[in-house]
Amino acid sequence: MAQPLAKKDDDRDEEVDYSPFLGIEKGAVLQEARVFNDPQLDPQRCSQVITKLLYLLNQGEALTKVEATEVFFSVTKLFQSKDIGLRRMVYVMIKELSSSADEVIMVTSSLMKDMTSKTDMYRANAIRVLCRITDGTLLTQIERYLKQAIVDKNPVVASAALVSGIHLLQTNPEIVKRWSNEVQEAVQSRAALVQFHALALLHQIRQNDRLAVNKLVSSLTRGSVRSPLAQCLLIRYTSQVIRESANNTQTGDRPFYDFLEGCLRHKAEMVIFEAARAITELNGVTSRELTPAITVLQLFLSSSKPVLRFAAVRTLNKVAMTHPTAVTNCNIDMEGLISDQNRSIATLAITTLLKTGNESSVDRLMKQITNFMSDIADEFKIVVVEAIRSLCLKFPLKHRSLMNFLSNILREEGGFEYKKAIVDSIVILIRDIPEAKETGLLHLCEFIEDCEFTYLSAQILHFLGIEGPKTSDPSKYIRYIYNRVHLENATVRAGAVSTLAKFGAMVDGLKPRIFVLLRRCLFDTDDEVRDRATLYLNTLGGDGAVVETGADVKEFLFGSLDIPLVNLENSLKNYEPSEKPFDINYVPKEVKSQPLSEKKAPGKKPTGLGAPPPGPPSTVDAYEKLLSSIPEFANFGKLFKSSAPVELTEAETEYAVNVVKHIFDGHVVFQYNCTNTIPEQLLENVTVIVDASEAEEFAEVASKPLRSLPYDSPGQTFVAFEKPEGVPAFGKFSNMLRFMVKEVDPSTGEAEDDGVEDEYQLEDLEVVASDYILKVGVSNFRNAWESMGADFERVDEYGLGPRDSLAEAVNAVIDLLGMQPCEGTEAVPPNSRSHTCLLSGVYIGNVKVLVRLQFGLDGPKDVAMKLAVRSEDETVSDAIHEIVASG
Amino acid sequence: MSTLFLSKNSCPAVKNILILDSDGKRVAVKYYSDEWPTHSAKLNFEKSLFARTLKSNARTEAEITMFDSNIVIYKFVQDLHFFITGGDDENELVLATVLQGLFDAISLLLRNALDKREALENLDIIFLCFDEVVDHGMILETDANVLAGKVAIQNMDASVTLSEQTISQALATAREHLTKTLLK
Repeated sequence: MAQPLAKKDDDRDEEVDYSPFLGIEKGAVLQEARVFNDPQLDPQRCSQVITKLLYLLNQGEALTKVEATEVFFSVTKLFQSKDIGLRRMVYVMIKELSSSADEVIMVTSSLMKDMTSKTDMYRANAIRVLCRITDGTLLTQIERYLKQAIVDKNPVVASAALVSGIHLLQTNPEIVKRWSNEVQEAVQSRAALVQFHALALLHQIRQNDRLAVNKLVSSLTRGSVRSPLAQCLLIRYTSQVIRESANNTQTGDRPFYDFLEGCLRHKAEMVIFEAARAITELNGVTSRELTPAITVLQLFLSSSKPVLRFAAVRTLNKVAMTHPTAVTNCNIDMEGLISDQNRSIATLAITTLLKTGNESSVDRLMKQITNFMSDIADEFKIVVVEAIRSLCLKFPLKHRSLMNFLSNILREEGGFEYKKAIVDSIVILIRDIPEAKETGLLHLCEFIEDCEFTYLSAQILHFLGIEGPKTSDPSKYIRYIYNRVHLENATVRAGAVSTLAKFGAMVDGLKPRIFVLLRRCLFDTDDEVRDRATLYLNTLGGDGAVVETGADVKEFLFGSLDIPLVNLENSLKNYEPSEKPFDINYVPKEVKSQPLSEKKAPGKKPTGLGAPPPGPPSTVDAYEKLLSSIPEFANFGKLFKSSAPVELTEAETEYAVNVVKHIFDGHVVFQYNCTNTIPEQLLENVTVIVDASEAEEFAEVASKPLRSLPYDSPGQTFVAFEKPEGVPAFGKFSNMLRFMVKEVDPSTGEAEDDGVEDEYQLEDLEVVASDYILKVGVSNFRNAWESMGADFERVDEYGLGPRDSLAEAVNAVIDLLGMQPCEGTEAVPPNSRSHTCLLSGVYIGNVKVLVRLQFGLDGPKDVAMKLAVRSEDETVSDAIHEIVASG
Repeated sequence: MSTLFLSKNSCPAVKNILILDSDGKRVAVKYYSDEWPTHSAKLNFEKSLFARTLKSNARTEAEITMFDSNIVIYKFVQDLHFFITGGDDENELVLATVLQGLFDAISLLLRNALDKREALENLDIIFLCFDEVVDHGMILETDANVLAGKVAIQNMDASVTLSEQTISQALATAREHLTKTLLK
């Protein structure tokens, strides 16, 4: 069977790079393919030509539609030959061409003949090919044969039909679903792979029917599934059933857990592993349930097979995130894996150890890791650095050795991403662990002495300027900073000048020395550096007198720019040099939508380490700033609460809109965040027309349209309503997006001049009680409760009806009230039959509210709740009860 | 076909099978997932995967790595590098079984003379093995002897020697099995 395709055998020995396909060329092979049309077919030769064609396709050579169709038709002629080997190649070739050639359906009759042939191999292959090229009508014609094939006594034929069924289910589900009975029969097959394919198909047919899947699993877990692959499927389906069944909180017994545990003793490794993994991924798995799975995985850790070790350590790594104590038993084996030849395994082992390690083992671990770091790739190192960072946050006492480790690796060779990960980690540690600050800063200083990355140097200098002056001895940093002025490029020099100025502003004792240094910078070769030096000398009063720095100077040096950088950039670009100086106060503060191209470009001057990416603001502070910058809303007073965004459109619609409800004392502002997802459109004058007929207490007072909304860059439009002062008002609003559409040429990005008015219906929006309650926690609920007193306490009981679980009921009430759960009482321990939840908040009008919720299971599913409210105002207490009663 | 790769918790799915030579050039490849839509995307994947695994010793036991959020299992013999790729939540051992099945079947069919030259000269056999081991990402057969048997049907005179080969191989496997159980 090993016929060389090239005829010359003599030059084979000399040429090292010998290939039978050397110098092969598409045109020539297509010529050769004419042999398919010969009246006297030479099967051997035809096979060779097909192999050559397959080789070309495999190397990435593409056939044009015409070429593909031509080859396809001549290949179909080969069905005349009775040669089995050739027929096999024909099947493969047809499958390769079926997507690129026209009218592949022409080959159907030949294939249907093969499908009813006596030769098993023909039947199996013809089925697979036919299903690839078939359509709905043809499928009904051959359905009878396929059903027969599914229960064929030859396993190859049955598998072919079943696997084809799995693919066809995507395109013709209604037909494949009719084969249920045959598939069910095939599940009982003695052939391993048939069982696997049948089970896969049967589950896909029934996957949307929870009960049927449940039944399938319970019948099969009792019987014996022979094939390991089928057993793996069964384990997956079983854990799916476990996940979906909610009744496990009742008795503490998990359905089918015994089956999973039993699979840990299966003889096939893949089944054992699948079961162990399934157990570790169970919702709220207990340590008793985990133990047998961990034991099995631990055994795998010392396997001779890398794949097995990898699978085990990867799973244990995941378990370590949620159940670190369960994995500590494996620590000895894990430490052995640090020296594993396979670096993926070693990295996983290390990061697992870092998660499970206790305080005492940290030092030993660090020693081992140091040896390890030198011979792994950067991407693995980044994973390790991140793990060390979280370890250090977990054990702040160990910051010395961990910080040392980070500074050591910072000095070694490495790419930008790796160095950045280390620097970021050190910065986070300095911020969160006060004791680590001074050493951390010195490590960073040493790093910039020899740092090849401008970006990192600039970031560190900026960070030094903020943190350095607050340390016990700021003067020791000056040398490192001033060295930059001598040795670095202009960007870093300019950064160093700013940092020096910050030291000067904060530390009066250093001022004279700083002035000297800054004056030297006045002769720098770079404009920016000189300008900065001049500016800072003037603002700090560099005329020699040491005066205390004024608050406005500090604000200038340290305060953040309250203007979006993009707006400033645009304004500067638009500024034409004239008599009138540029005035920063005219730069709009509103966050404008940015064209896509600008958004992708990385910011040239990041404002600091971890500077927030430009985009619409999301926190309350940012909302407040945004709203107060809009003149129409400026007199509404203090913002009481902004809701989380509520989606007003389905996912993946043409225009995506969500709304944020801003509650003021006497007003409500709806902020509609709109995104245009159609590249060919530009929307202009976007407004939302709000119908408040079902919200009687509200009256529209203002609306702020969005001037333009280009593709994929979010923009905002606002509508404001007046409402009764200081009290909640509820209502339902229907929304209509109105805008002018302009066509955009996607190649140039230019919009046409004239547009069309259009409207787009959005979903309704409601202002509900929880919008008027702020989530404000209290540190000691009991104290707060006692001191509030029982003057305005209101207590009542409610039946919540049947619920899936206690936890679900608790969450539903928390969501309804929109209050802050205290002392972790929102978490319901599994299997509990009663629960107390404590909430606190501030009601509109600045009234403090405390809520005590007691839940209990009443019967198998019914949840009863006792609600006790205390507040500073009895109407508010009543209002809370009203919310619950009407929710 | 891509739906096979989307649904979590359903079937184990194979994203691609690659056989590259010792320079990282294609001997035979088959992609089942459209995660790499273009020819150059495929070549890039092969190139970086090859560079990444080049130094490892995957000759006695198959090795494994995570690559672009995929699991890749690989095994080398002579100047041939075998790879199989699956999703990152795939059961690693299932993928390893598929690769081993394919690897052994090809070794059987090429009578253990498995190197690039043999592979290219018998490329038809390799393509047929690909065709029989995985169909559109769905695992079709993993047993090397069955696989080899299915591919070998095509050539009658070769099948005589092959069946001998299969028997001796079967004996060898049995012997290996026996020693393993004795040693336990």
